[in-house]
Amino acid sequence: MRWSAAILLFVLLLAIVAPWLSPHDFQNTNFNAILQSPGLSDGRFFGTDEFGRDLFVRTMLGIRITLLVAVVASLVSLVIGVTYGAVAGYIGGRVDAVMMRLVDTLYALPFIFFVILLMVAFERNFFLIFVAIGAINWLDMARIVRGQTLSLREREFVEAARLTGVSTVRIIFRHIAPNLLGIVVVYVTLSVPQAILVESFLSFLGLGVQEPQTSLGALVNAGVKQMEGASWMLLIPAALLALILMCFNFLGDALRDFFDARHVR
Amino acid sequence: MSLLEVNDLRIRYGDNAVVDAVSFEVNRGESVGLVGESGSGKSQTAMALLGLLPRSARRTGGIRFDGTEIIANDERALDRIRGRRIGMVFQDPMQALNPYLRIGKQLREILLQHRIADGAAADAQVVAMLGRVGLPDPERQFDVFPHQLSGGMRQRVMIAAALIAEPDLLIADEPTTALDVTVQAQILDLLEELRDDTALLLITHDLGIVAGRCERLLVFEKGKIVESGATASLFTAPRNEHTKRLLADAPRIDRGDIPPAGCGKTVLGIESASVSYSDNGGDELQAVRDVSLSLREAETLAIVGESGSGKSSLVRSILGLIPMRSGRVVYAGAPLEGPVQKRAAAQRRDLQLVFQDPASALNPQMRIEDVVGEPLSVHAPGSSSDSRRQAVLAILEKVGLNKDYLRRYPHQLSGGQAQRVAIARALILEPKILICDEAVAALDGAARRKILELLKAVQDESGLSIIFISHDLSVVRSSCHRVAVMYLGLLIEVANTEALFSAPRHPYSRALIDASPIPDPLAARATAPLKGEVPSLRSPPSGCVFHPRCAFAEEQCRETRPQLRNLEGARVACHRAEGIDLGLCY
Amino acid sequence: MLRYALLRLLGAIPTLLLVIILAFLMVHAAPGGPFDDERALPAGVAANIEAVYHLDEPLPQQFLRYFSGLLQGDFGPSYRYRDYTVSELIAVGLPVSLQLGALAMLLALIVGVSSGTLAALRQDSMLDRVVMSFAMTGISIPVFVIAPVLILLLAVKLHWLPAGWSGAAGAAKYVLPVITLALPQIAYIARLTRASMIDILGRDFIRTARAQGLGTKAIIRVHALKPAMLPVLSYMGPAIAAILTGSVVVEQVFGIPGLGAAFVRGALNRDYTLVLGIVILYAALIILLNLIVDILYGVIDPRVRQR
Repeated sequence: MRWSAAILLFVLLLAIVAPWLSPHDFQNTNFNAILQSPGLSDGRFFGTDEFGRDLFVRTMLGIRITLLVAVVASLVSLVIGVTYGAVAGYIGGRVDAVMMRLVDTLYALPFIFFVILLMVAFERNFFLIFVAIGAINWLDMARIVRGQTLSLREREFVEAARLTGVSTVRIIFRHIAPNLLGIVVVYVTLSVPQAILVESFLSFLGLGVQEPQTSLGALVNAGVKQMEGASWMLLIPAALLALILMCFNFLGDALRDFFDARHVR
Repeated sequence: MSLLEVNDLRIRYGDNAVVDAVSFEVNRGESVGLVGESGSGKSQTAMALLGLLPRSARRTGGIRFDGTEIIANDERALDRIRGRRIGMVFQDPMQALNPYLRIGKQLREILLQHRIADGAAADAQVVAMLGRVGLPDPERQFDVFPHQLSGGMRQRVMIAAALIAEPDLLIADEPTTALDVTVQAQILDLLEELRDDTALLLITHDLGIVAGRCERLLVFEKGKIVESGATASLFTAPRNEHTKRLLADAPRIDRGDIPPAGCGKTVLGIESASVSYSDNGGDELQAVRDVSLSLREAETLAIVGESGSGKSSLVRSILGLIPMRSGRVVYAGAPLEGPVQKRAAAQRRDLQLVFQDPASALNPQMRIEDVVGEPLSVHAPGSSSDSRRQAVLAILEKVGLNKDYLRRYPHQLSGGQAQRVAIARALILEPKILICDEAVAALDGAARRKILELLKAVQDESGLSIIFISHDLSVVRSSCHRVAVMYLGLLIEVANTEALFSAPRHPYSRALIDASPIPDPLAARATAPLKGEVPSLRSPPSGCVFHPRCAFAEEQCRETRPQLRNLEGARVACHRAEGIDLGLCY
Repeated sequence: MLRYALLRLLGAIPTLLLVIILAFLMVHAAPGGPFDDERALPAGVAANIEAVYHLDEPLPQQFLRYFSGLLQGDFGPSYRYRDYTVSELIAVGLPVSLQLGALAMLLALIVGVSSGTLAALRQDSMLDRVVMSFAMTGISIPVFVIAPVLILLLAVKLHWLPAGWSGAAGAAKYVLPVITLALPQIAYIARLTRASMIDILGRDFIRTARAQGLGTKAIIRVHALKPAMLPVLSYMGPAIAAILTGSVVVEQVFGIPGLGAAFVRGALNRDYTLVLGIVILYAALIILLNLIVDILYGVIDPRVRQR
């Protein structure tokens, strides 16, 4: 868990700071230096692409955008999912049944195809990426929060609070929310890699982030086109993408084990 | 040679020794009881006999079964003994049977595994066994899933599975703890009847269960056997301090002081209360039907009954946690109406509840100070945090906890301590009525006795009225002034405790009293337990709801429902109350 | 049981209807028509084209026309390939996509379930750690990374397998695409199986079975396997969706003429009827499979079908 967090932190800091320190720019083309392989000379740690752009800076920029999109999208799904799930779980009964039926229905849809449709129809709007990813991920969150709220609501300490006259608002904030915190933290952590996957998938298809901006998915896409002559263009962003995803998954798993253990006791 | 020899058995988890130097023997055909409080190591010992300890456990010492050493990790050798030579019955048959598998298949698999029978012969043997344990229509029950059976029937299936391979030793670990008291007697009788010359190792926390049924007892405390001997001598002349304490703390239904009923004025009147639920299929289930009852000042009123009696639904509707379908409740001259949130602050303050499971009744994320102080901050929002802390400290002291507990979290408390905290939270608003819903059911002997003493002390001091819900009549006898007996949502008898226990009027009351085990081998009776089980609320019997199980039922009982009527100071709902002789109890 | 299945079937119909309406509206709300890049069309010609495709009618009428076509298996004409109907285009791409998807699903189930079960049985052993590390890697590497890396390694560098589809002979061309599609699902299913098997093996009824002398094999076969498969079964719906999504990438990278590739092409070309048809077809496929999963769930868990 510590390792994953440390690596993520390091990558994040590098992505923020490195582009400033590097002598190169992310969009300047240089046709004297196309497809240079990675090396230490000249600060071109990751080499250059077919337009002579510096790949180190571009990769760092890609990480920034990938993480930004993923975190914002996760927060969107957090807000929608927790609110929806908590309302359904706390009200319960028929309202809950209808709300969860809707979630089940949405769950059964091939969302990514809708998203592709959306991206094409609405001109690859950057803002839409957040909306699209958030719209997919909130379903999981809503289900989990709803299940947890439902079981908490039946717990006797909530009844005890109602009996002594504690208001509904206070019950939600004092008795239910703190007991939801652990599971929400876990699922936010696990929803970040999900969001990264969707964003990079769209960018890979050329439907996400647009040139000259870039993201890890877009870099992999560019790398695929050059992979026979310049394999670093594929392997470096691919490896970084996998590393980031793995760290988030490890972190989520570890957090889940931690909160599970606390729950058992 | 003994059938089973345990020699210097030790089990530890890390540095924590749960079983420590335990040695004992079991002879062929003998019945031995392992008794002790929860966590005393008795179940761990039984698990070790079958090699079923979790992997994190370290066990040393010798276990010889029929002359062969049982080695902890030799799964092949163990599998030849498990089920075949040693059968096992677990506590909760709902959890212990596979919910995804028809019961016939679960039993047949044992026969196949041990090569006792196969094909049609195996099926026939399973059906025969299901019949022997008393399942009606065993051919059809073969294809039933566990959830389609009642609790008692499930435990019968468990017993059938344990005995089908005709083992030499049967281990029963709290086999009746999850069952109703009238069913408990049936199951214990069944075990005795079927085991023939199979030796029995009966594990229980309840001295009343082993008293009349085991030849020998082993008393466990903190992982050690502190006393062992023949049952009769151990009960009459215990030598060990712990055994003496266990016996002293075990409530008895047949002797001891009964609190005399007073005649204070009524503080709470329940008039024709009915409660209904709709189940998953949308059917209306009548949990409580037309119950009228009153609670007097400074008295403890017991509401007793088995599962499905409606006792919890009744009080929860009084409190406004669930809606009352019809009827009304009058408190201090004014009706108590609507859900609890909509009631006047004073009404809310005056009625408080203590739950069965203190672990689930306390918010795990809040410190004790906040748990106990929260009602104050709601009802006196202006009070300073200093004065609130003083009030919390005062009430904690009253329930026997000191200021060291203020900063603790619920999981750092024992069951008894947690229940004290729950009581403190209920008492801090100085209520007039306290409702205890099975409040001592989850506690061991000493902790239970102390909570009961605490409640009595509070009542003596402040004139509190208590409604005490319980399935355990022996606890009721020593701590309640009056008793209301419920069955399938109906009130069937209300009487002073003394009158009810000496001369019950309703056959069901009598059966409940008879079924309560007595921790005394000399007092153990040989009356036939009540037959059958509590019917489903989905299809309540016609007429008197008790008639299918009643030995005195007549035509009239099957057709018309008896009304509750006065009879020599008690109220009873039985057509034949005058005509039958139930005899005297205690 | 039959009642349960029928209820589920009835529940699926409004879902499908909702999907159709949603997809239809989305396509028709999109700014920019399919014929926009053919600039400077004379007004008369544009109107003509609109009339041919019924784009001049009010939206509800267009929908009804489309919907009644759907009921007869007609997805309408393609906007881009004017000589073909969408149904014909689908008929070309669907078989190969289905083949790949089914093979990948089968592979994922076999490898995922068996490795997950083994890991659960040998919890905390070396084997468990190896399987779980593979699974963690598998869920962390996206299909569009696996595909090119495998090509680079096994086709370009080592020449063991063909990199593309056309021209390659026999079964060899299936190997890389199917493995690529299956890998993430193998990882998910292995993790899911392991967790649920560990959960089930910790239940009281397994302890009962052990106390009855049933050996490990009999316990897994008779008592544990069915209930442990329930979470895997529930995952089948999302797994199908994930494989269909993955096929978009795989078909593009390997140059396979399937529906996924057709979808992306259609989307980029604004061939709205084609895109709409594929979305509806895939949604129907997923809904159907979810329905089957639901019913199977009822078969395995007797408590579910009572409700």
